[in-house]
Amino acid sequence: MKYSILIFAIIILSAIGFYSGRSRSSKTVNGEIRKLHSLPGYYGFYVALWCGLPAVIILGIWLAFQSSVVTSIVVSGLPPEIQSLPEERMSLVINDIINLAHGIVVSRRPDEVLLAAAEHYNRLKATGFLALVAVVMSICLAGLGFSMRYINPAMRARIKVEQTVQVLMILCSTVAIFTTIGIVLSVFFESVRFFNQIPVTDFLFGLHWSPQIAIREDQVGASGSFGIIPLLIGTLMISAIAMLVAVPVGLMSAIYMSEYAAEGFRIVVKPLLEILAGIPTVVYGFFAALIVAPFLRDVGSKIGLDVSSESALAAGLVMGIMIIPFISSLSDDVINAVPQSLRDASLGIGATRSETIVRVLLPAALPGIVGSILLAVSRAIGETMIVVMAAGLTARLTANPLEAVTTFTVQIVTLLIGDQEFDSPKTLAAFALGLVLFIITLCLNIIALYVVRRYREEYE
Amino acid sequence: MNNIGGIQENSGARLQLIKAGLKRRYAKEKIFRTLGITAIVIALMMLTVLFVTITKNGYSAFQQTFIRLKITFDASVIDPEHTGDTGVLSQADYGRLVKKTLREMFPEVKKRREKRDLYSIVSSGAAFQLRKMVMDDPGLIGTTQTVWVPADDDIDMLIKGYIKTGKEGTGRIKADKAAWVNTLIENRAIEKRFNFAFFTGGDSREPELAGIWGAVVGSLYTMFVTLILSFPLGVATAVYLEEFAPKNIWTDIIEVNINNLAAVPSIVFGLLGLAVFLNFFGLPRSAPIVGGLVLTLMTLPTIIIASRVSLQSVPPSIREGALGVGASKMQSVMHHVLPLALPGMLTGTIIGMARALGETAPLLMIGMVAFIVDIPAGIFDKATVLPVQIYLWADSPERAFAERTSAAIIVLLAFLLIMNALAVVLRKKFEKRW
Repeated sequence: MKYSILIFAIIILSAIGFYSGRSRSSKTVNGEIRKLHSLPGYYGFYVALWCGLPAVIILGIWLAFQSSVVTSIVVSGLPPEIQSLPEERMSLVINDIINLAHGIVVSRRPDEVLLAAAEHYNRLKATGFLALVAVVMSICLAGLGFSMRYINPAMRARIKVEQTVQVLMILCSTVAIFTTIGIVLSVFFESVRFFNQIPVTDFLFGLHWSPQIAIREDQVGASGSFGIIPLLIGTLMISAIAMLVAVPVGLMSAIYMSEYAAEGFRIVVKPLLEILAGIPTVVYGFFAALIVAPFLRDVGSKIGLDVSSESALAAGLVMGIMIIPFISSLSDDVINAVPQSLRDASLGIGATRSETIVRVLLPAALPGIVGSILLAVSRAIGETMIVVMAAGLTARLTANPLEAVTTFTVQIVTLLIGDQEFDSPKTLAAFALGLVLFIITLCLNIIALYVVRRYREEYE
Repeated sequence: MNNIGGIQENSGARLQLIKAGLKRRYAKEKIFRTLGITAIVIALMMLTVLFVTITKNGYSAFQQTFIRLKITFDASVIDPEHTGDTGVLSQADYGRLVKKTLREMFPEVKKRREKRDLYSIVSSGAAFQLRKMVMDDPGLIGTTQTVWVPADDDIDMLIKGYIKTGKEGTGRIKADKAAWVNTLIENRAIEKRFNFAFFTGGDSREPELAGIWGAVVGSLYTMFVTLILSFPLGVATAVYLEEFAPKNIWTDIIEVNINNLAAVPSIVFGLLGLAVFLNFFGLPRSAPIVGGLVLTLMTLPTIIIASRVSLQSVPPSIREGALGVGASKMQSVMHHVLPLALPGMLTGTIIGMARALGETAPLLMIGMVAFIVDIPAGIFDKATVLPVQIYLWADSPERAFAERTSAAIIVLLAFLLIMNALAVVLRKKFEKRW
């Protein structure tokens, strides 16, 4: 709330800067705008940028680092016996302090040191905010005053404003790069820490997945085992079931839409199919867990099959439904891109429509269709909510789709939900799984995009 | 001559051959066509089944069973010393008033076990409701009022017909409870009313008190952060790449990056948020600001791609015309190209926002799954969002939560429908053929 007031103040000051810059510039030439290098508005923007931009940058940096700086100051003020605690105990202590500072009563009776630290924390935050207000406001005013003095008819205000805007746009476009770097680094470093504790080969080729680490040394299964093969099998099984549903249905509907359907039919049905793609995955998850899975179990028990209530089949079927529009719209584009001359030639020598489609169009469109299927597979592998809600938790090495299996994404979610200590192999394992998931989907996407692009070029 | 006759004979035979095959080929054609229609019918049927089951399961949650109680606001219970102090009023044991009324309604109940059963037909929220009434109007003390209080979720499910009364002791509802409910029905002291609490309440462990307002507000804050970050960033990136960027290795890298990011699984963005925003920058867990940041990164590719398409559809003559009368490159873009491309950009943004609104997985990673009762008051408060609320309720064992989950889904789908309809209207209204 108080930060939004600060931002609002910056905006107001910038607006003031704009109007005063504009009027100042036309005053310097006594209203004869022709004598100015740029239109008066650009002088206004010039002042506004000087006023607002540095302040916003400072504010952003401050907000990003404030809490970690405050925390480290508070920690350094703690008595040495607390400071020497191991890292994970330390983070609990810090949590307690922050909770106390926010007035949340911790279940235990808070001890004096923590109370003092909480007060210290609150004091630091309050003084920090005051300092921030002072710094930001003075930067605003300084920028305003500084730039106002520079306004003269010969100043190339438009050029300067345009250059600034262009630099800002370049910065914006690098966000995509930073996001990728952020993903790679965050997943990669945690994975490296994980592989320091668990050998890579155990992780990649191990046949057992049970990430629970016992609290006592002598407990059964004291060391968790982290072999991802069962997860891989589960992920692939569910994705395969999904593809078995989605590819025939999606492809056939795409063929019908692009080759047979009348224009009116297309206009109505295509958006309807696309609704399937717009439904949130959590809704599909609910549908799979509460409607499809019990239904399959009932059917199974009637015909004498033992279907698990968290069967891979239910999750796969529903995931298939979700992916239908994905395949159908991509394939539709691909089939439409096949040149009309191929169709005409085939029909002209007397082939039926279906023969044209099967013998001419599909072979011609095959690379594109394969590309779209690969994209769909990568989406199925990365899909989370459906499997979290409808697939199982225990990793089993099985090929039976009626049993419960688990996937990468399910394990990531179960490992990271709830309170976690950040250094145990259990939490780090989630990042290693994330890395595997990222690499698999990235490879699939790159291959798919490459195939599709090659194919497009062929007909352009 | 002979030769020609041979050809004729030959072609006649060929014709025969073709005609013989025609029937089979036409049959095949028909089968193929039927397969196509079947595929579409299957897909549409799935859509229908999905909507019908969700609606069928969910619509009843918009109503809630209420029980009529004649409450005597006994001063000796609420405020024995007649202080009128708000502290005393808020601390008083309003549950006792409810219990007393129930005992008076069913005087035959004597045993302790039975009494406990009797008390449990009314929601624990009843006491809070009475407290609120007294706090709002202390003049009620000493009077007798007819109050409609929410019934317990089991009774609610019984009235709505989702669960049956079991044989002695087996079902969730015991026979004696069912008998009390029947008495209430005969006395017209129980009825279904519109469920305001569902739309105005926060989350609760009690299904009859749980509402979606907390999650809706959380979603709004998160979407607000996402919108104010992703729209300017996305548009600026698109304009730069489409209008200004030189064709070189850097812009190629940026483009490949954007395309790849569009296909990265959403849960990986959650891991990014956890590692960078929470652990590195130390932003608060479960807060809409972090959710908004993560969703911004996720929706950026969608917005950038849509915006670029929209910029590409502006004909070059517009740019050339502007440049021709002496505008700078920046002026031609800002004054002419951008305004023409803006509707398309807005459409893409709305579609991206709709996707973000339904996103769950990355938000689980950054702790928005916490059980949060309070309505969030800002972007730094702990909050949850509508899809996560759906996930949480879907996990709850109570039958009444299944109904509420479906109702929450209906609300979520309604929001998405409105957003998509808005996008379609925008596109229709501003669509230009050059």
